[in-house]
Amino acid sequence: MTEFYKSDVAGQSSVPVRRALAFKHLLENKRIYIGEHELIIGERGLAPKAVPTYPEICCHSLKDLEILNTRKKTPYAVDEETKRIYKEEIIPFWKGKSIRDAIFSKMSGEWKKAYEAGVFTEFLEQRAPGHTVLDGKIYGKGLIGFGKDIERSIERLDFLNDPEAYEKREELQAMKITAEALIRYAERHAEKARELLKKEKSPERRKELKKIAEVCTNVPTNAPRDFWEALQYYWFVHLGVIAELNPWDSFNPGRLDQHLYPFYRKGLEDGTLTKEKAKELLQLLWVKFNNQPAPPKVGVTAEESNTYNDFALINTGGVKIDGSDGVNELSYLILDVVEEMRLPQPSSMVQISKKTPDDFLRRALKIIKTGFGQPSVFNTDEIIQELLRQGKSIEDARNGGASGCVETGAFGKECYILTGYFNMVKVLEITLNNGIDPRTGQETGIETGNPVEFDSFDELFEAFKKQLNYFVEVKIKGNNVIERLYAEFLPAPFLSLFIDDCIANGKDYNNGGARYNTNYIQGVGLGTITDSLAAITYQVFEEKQVTFEGLLKALKANFKGHEKLRQKLLNKTPKYGNDDEYADGVMKTVFEAYYSAIDGRPNTKGGRYRINLLPTTVHVYFGQLVGATPDGRKAGEPVSEGVSPVQGADRKGPTAVIKSVSKIDHVRTGGTLLNQKFAPELLADEEGMDKLGFLIRAYFKLDGHHIQFNVVNADTLREAQKHPEKFGDLLVRVAGYSDYFVNLSVELQNEIIGRTEHKSF
Amino acid sequence: MAPELMYRRNRCIKCGECAASCLQEAIALQANRISISRRRCNSCGECSQKCPTGALAVVGKEVSVEEVVKEIDKDAVFYDESEGGVTFSGGEPLLQSDFLNALLDECNERGIHTAVDTCGCVSPETVEKISDKVDLFLYDIKLLDDKAHRKYTGVSNKAILRNFEKLARNRNDILVRFPIVPKVNDGKDNVAKTAEFVLSQGIKRICLLPYHRAGIEKYRSLGRVYKLRRIKPPSDQELMKIKKRLETFGLDVKIGGG
Repeated sequence: MTEFYKSDVAGQSSVPVRRALAFKHLLENKRIYIGEHELIIGERGLAPKAVPTYPEICCHSLKDLEILNTRKKTPYAVDEETKRIYKEEIIPFWKGKSIRDAIFSKMSGEWKKAYEAGVFTEFLEQRAPGHTVLDGKIYGKGLIGFGKDIERSIERLDFLNDPEAYEKREELQAMKITAEALIRYAERHAEKARELLKKEKSPERRKELKKIAEVCTNVPTNAPRDFWEALQYYWFVHLGVIAELNPWDSFNPGRLDQHLYPFYRKGLEDGTLTKEKAKELLQLLWVKFNNQPAPPKVGVTAEESNTYNDFALINTGGVKIDGSDGVNELSYLILDVVEEMRLPQPSSMVQISKKTPDDFLRRALKIIKTGFGQPSVFNTDEIIQELLRQGKSIEDARNGGASGCVETGAFGKECYILTGYFNMVKVLEITLNNGIDPRTGQETGIETGNPVEFDSFDELFEAFKKQLNYFVEVKIKGNNVIERLYAEFLPAPFLSLFIDDCIANGKDYNNGGARYNTNYIQGVGLGTITDSLAAITYQVFEEKQVTFEGLLKALKANFKGHEKLRQKLLNKTPKYGNDDEYADGVMKTVFEAYYSAIDGRPNTKGGRYRINLLPTTVHVYFGQLVGATPDGRKAGEPVSEGVSPVQGADRKGPTAVIKSVSKIDHVRTGGTLLNQKFAPELLADEEGMDKLGFLIRAYFKLDGHHIQFNVVNADTLREAQKHPEKFGDLLVRVAGYSDYFVNLSVELQNEIIGRTEHKSF
Repeated sequence: MAPELMYRRNRCIKCGECAASCLQEAIALQANRISISRRRCNSCGECSQKCPTGALAVVGKEVSVEEVVKEIDKDAVFYDESEGGVTFSGGEPLLQSDFLNALLDECNERGIHTAVDTCGCVSPETVEKISDKVDLFLYDIKLLDDKAHRKYTGVSNKAILRNFEKLARNRNDILVRFPIVPKVNDGKDNVAKTAEFVLSQGIKRICLLPYHRAGIEKYRSLGRVYKLRRIKPPSDQELMKIKKRLETFGLDVKIGGG
């Protein structure tokens, strides 16, 4: 990359063409790797589990490299040679020139204060916008076909009347260059395969290498002819997308069972494919995903997304474009692969609609029971409602799904960028301190009034809304600048090939070329802020168990010397997650405020802002920057995650949790995340799994968006014995009933631990 | 039947609010717990109101039919999916037969499935009054020998068995529950007699409920004396033996609640 940027041609080209030529340069010179037993080939880095860096986006310093190499969580091995190249060539060239540098230099003082206070995070400061998923277009069209589309688009350009005609042509030409670059990249793999073929002795492997060479010659130049070619084509496109930039959530084939099904059926019918072979190829694709770690993150981004996982969420099930049930044999085969491979990447999920047969759901539950957290379960009917509300067509809505963690999108047609997490709890804390961040003493927000002068919940909440709006606007003002930086300096012509309507519009994915351009700000801490506001209303204003002043004093002291009060706040106060009107009413008020502050605002790409509610790992980071809260939470502890109740606040069982969570208007979001923990015994037999199925169906009937299950093991139970405060919501099967583990006597707990160990999978 | 004061020691933070507020002077704060004079305590609940952690709680309260129905309605969406419903248990629900009757009417009106978990130790008229309104009976059968039954439960089993016979004549959806208490009712003789009796009534399904000791903690927290300390729960092998024996008689046996 640095090499290319130093060249003359780089300096002379327009930005999109420069990026395209850089991409070409990369793919022409990248080392080709073909593993010994591989059938689907192509690596993100020099070898499996390696990942390149993107200095034009974020130039790691030598210190960063050291941290990456030595840190305990999510480390990345950095060898001496790499450090040397960084020291001698990369850093001198890129220091101060990466888009990250540009972003931080162009953000306002108020943005920086809010960012450092932990009010929000900035997704795009280390990684490019991505958050999109492929639809079915590559399975019927080779890159030659895309090339023809580009030419037609260029022909249609109106140089007389369209002031953007020139930019569009540059963009379209850039796209063409990238398409050709990928074709060449595939050819290089074919050449490598042929090279290996010359030295290969085993007849088995010779046959495979021949086929590999054939496949890489046909795709992605032409449309895929069979199942194998379809998979390899996707994988090349995937590698292209993550080579061009380091977009969030890598890339994702989306509704894989829908796209591959015609190839599967045809292969079986004409005898060129067997179920076993299809399974093997899918397993190999799974290995590919698992071997691609996310690009190394540092700083806040590392905290908010503390994982190697690069979030390719494979969708199965759902409905077809005509609305009928989409489950087919491949849907089941993919689940078999998920179960057998048991890998953290790719992620997998099932889309359950009212038309989805129970058998498919039951199959998913059998895997969930084995406790590695996949597949997660999504509500097709609700996803479609979300997309329709946002103005998508019915076809685009039905072809959509969820990606990343839980984000809803119209696959192949939408650019739905997550711009950063938003710490609702921090905003409340700043409100309670009249605009000051108590952690630093800095004036981070605006003055909204001295809280001890508030006489009612309404007064407090008015102040909160002002503070919320202030920070949302700071965030969006920052976003608008960042968006233009990417549009002008880091377009993604290769990615643009695959998302409608970039080619037709002649506009880049990062510049509003897609059919739908949505921005998200992810709300975090709904449970904590709800319980905190409920506590203030109940204990301060209504029951008058403590004055506002007294409460604030206790918070400042982190409850030291105020344990009685803290216990009251924890145990004698209404809490979200118990199907209790009081607390859930507060939750709805918070939701409406967050929604009104964000939904519908325009972005710079002709699209709108929407909200979603998911945390990845940021609830831990955000919690570290927030002091004690009125719900009884101590300073520095994580805030609540997703839309789940505060850890341990739900004491009435999973049906009450679901009733509470259902009071969120999921349809007006772009995704919500609900985690539930169960002990394996609850799912031990058919009956147990049926019941879990009923629970899910009931939640979905109430328009819940998503649910995922953590099935715990004996070690977790032992942890729960040691730290009951962290496991208040853990349900176990006792005798003929279930109860909260932490409520049981030690003897009974040990008995259950013994049982669990015994019955482990 | 009256409310009782429950003290869960593992939640107590020894703040002393309870001792300070007790109108009967029944509570004393000690080094690492409180002590409650059960004789003086009248379960008024003052202490539990003041208790910040919920370590002290009054368990058992009066509720109206409307209040119960409101709770039941909360889960209606789940019953719709699962065709599950409400189980009335206890204690002994048939000891509050008018209340139970009213609740059964409400459930039937709503089309919610009902189950009653009983030991049948009431008058036949009581059973008669509600039996048509109940979808499923969960019926406890502990000891077939009347003398032994009187020894261990304090009452005769004659009414229990007669009520069972009457129910079984008019319906076959009775789930028999056989609590297995080692050294009390798990002997070969009782197992055989239980099997014969159940089958003679045309009932085929039986659940074994292994004795467990979750009750010890509960008794302790209520200041009650637990009299069965010497008895250990049955082992897996013992349960399997009983299961197999019952199966040889022709019964469909499940270990656990069913």
